[in-house]
Amino acid sequence: MDVQIALMLAQDGLTNGAIYALLALALVLVFAVTRVIFIPQGEFVAYGALTLAMLQGGSMPATAWLLAGMGALVALIDGATALRNGQTQKLAGVLGWNVGYPLGLVALLTLLPVKDLPLVAQVVLALAVVVPMGPLLYRLVFQPIASAPVLILLIVSVAVHVAMVGMGLLFFGAEGQRTPAFSDANFEVGPLMVSGQTVWVLMASLVLILALYQFFERTLYGKALRATAINRNGARLMGISPALAGKLTFFVAALIGALSGVLIAPITTIYYDTGFLIGLKGFVAAIIGGLASYPLAAVGAVLVGLLESFSSFWASAFKDVIVFTLIIPVLMWRSLTTRHVEEEE
Amino acid sequence: MNEVKNPVLQIDKLCVSYGKVEALSNASITVGEGQIVTVIGPNGAGKTTMLSAIMGVLGSAGRVSFDGTIEAVPEVERMVARGMNLVPEKRELFGEMSIEDNLVLGAFQRYRMGHRDQARTMDEVFELFPRLKERRTQLAGTLSGGERQMLAVGRALMAKPRLLMLDEPSLGLAPLIVREIFRIVAELRRRGVSILLVEQNARAALQVADYAYVLETGQIAMQGPAHTLADDPRVIEAYLGLGGKHQAMLST
Repeated sequence: MDVQIALMLAQDGLTNGAIYALLALALVLVFAVTRVIFIPQGEFVAYGALTLAMLQGGSMPATAWLLAGMGALVALIDGATALRNGQTQKLAGVLGWNVGYPLGLVALLTLLPVKDLPLVAQVVLALAVVVPMGPLLYRLVFQPIASAPVLILLIVSVAVHVAMVGMGLLFFGAEGQRTPAFSDANFEVGPLMVSGQTVWVLMASLVLILALYQFFERTLYGKALRATAINRNGARLMGISPALAGKLTFFVAALIGALSGVLIAPITTIYYDTGFLIGLKGFVAAIIGGLASYPLAAVGAVLVGLLESFSSFWASAFKDVIVFTLIIPVLMWRSLTTRHVEEEE
Repeated sequence: MNEVKNPVLQIDKLCVSYGKVEALSNASITVGEGQIVTVIGPNGAGKTTMLSAIMGVLGSAGRVSFDGTIEAVPEVERMVARGMNLVPEKRELFGEMSIEDNLVLGAFQRYRMGHRDQARTMDEVFELFPRLKERRTQLAGTLSGGERQMLAVGRALMAKPRLLMLDEPSLGLAPLIVREIFRIVAELRRRGVSILLVEQNARAALQVADYAYVLETGQIAMQGPAHTLADDPRVIEAYLGLGGKHQAMLST
């Protein structure tokens, strides 16, 4: 291996690592706030990428109908509850968000010449379809069992993952898709060719991470999520409802997932089930951070990305094996170094 | 009966049970506008259970009427939005966040409803607790017991409550700090906050309160104006003791 190949592999590793970092942050966030180990995180990557591909292909993405279906279900449940409690003033909001928004979006997608719109508009539309599924998913699946033990939440999480992969196959078919790059520019840095898309991925990840940091440090809603993660009861007494925190968290997680999908779709071919593997690598990174530390998870993600790209050079058949084996020494090290601290009053 | 003109809180025949065990049965209490009402009683009498049920943290049967509106089953977020606030026995602070952030989150529900006066409310809280202002950037988890209690009360005040419920505010605190806490309770009433105070430190609680209830094994055993109850031989025997005058000093 010469310097040029090493640089190329490093570039690959960093690009993938940036995506894994985003997913790892989302996993840590979801676990901290809701105690759900969010296996379907990867599905949002695939849904985001493939919805964009369908929009570019000029067809109505089937995910829009899924969104409408989920919205209708939530409207039914929340609407009935509001009626039973005589809170009729809530009804307009419930119907507007859960039925009005998806139908409006479908109408927009039918009317607009989506295929010929600029790429930015297509990306925004794809996100508008996929991201609201996050809070709807929380409302339908996880909110009713919010106080269940972590294991139950994990089992349900696996079930959601399987269901979403199955629906993915139904919606998008078995063929993989690749979307056009955001930019065709190429930069020569010394002996290295850096593609425009790589720059896009790195910059977008960096901006997103900084934006998340600002969100959690500066805004009241971000602080409310952190507060829920630190002390659920205390947050509840401040009027921060666990349901609101859960929906907000799943919104952020879905946004991160779908955006990651849109970003990597021009680099790798995305199949309906590609998301799982990408999500799992984000999960390895999150484990390196102990499912608690954001900076450690991000460092872990870059490590995973680099390990993956270099092992694909030396032992390409084993690259996933090597990455996932990384989790064993990490867990050993963690279980040996962390002492179990009793909850102090 | 606690006869008041403007009741802020009226609970009627409130019952709570943990499985088959009834922890609170048919408790009825009233808190008037600007009043300090205290509920005293031994460990395990159901005092904390009662506050949790009023707040909606625990499910209950019976009627809770707050500010003129009846809640069949109170719901925490709604109660906070309507101006009820509970400072729990465990404080439940956000340990890894700064004092300032803890306070700001106290005003979360007000912020959601469109109020943007957090900065001014925080100044008022700092006026009441200058100690918190000095340490505003310090993490809540690093505070001493007394400071934690001050922060918990300050955080609740950020919501500008109509009714503040304090669960054992003096628990585990040094006598001088307890005195400080009771002085603040009295000061809050001067500012127009109605207070429901649950205490084991009966002497200090009776000193500061207007009206008092004695809760024993889940039932209201006695009630009356606080100063009358403080002279009641049964209360003296069970809760105050004869020689312990130094305890009353805590609330002066």
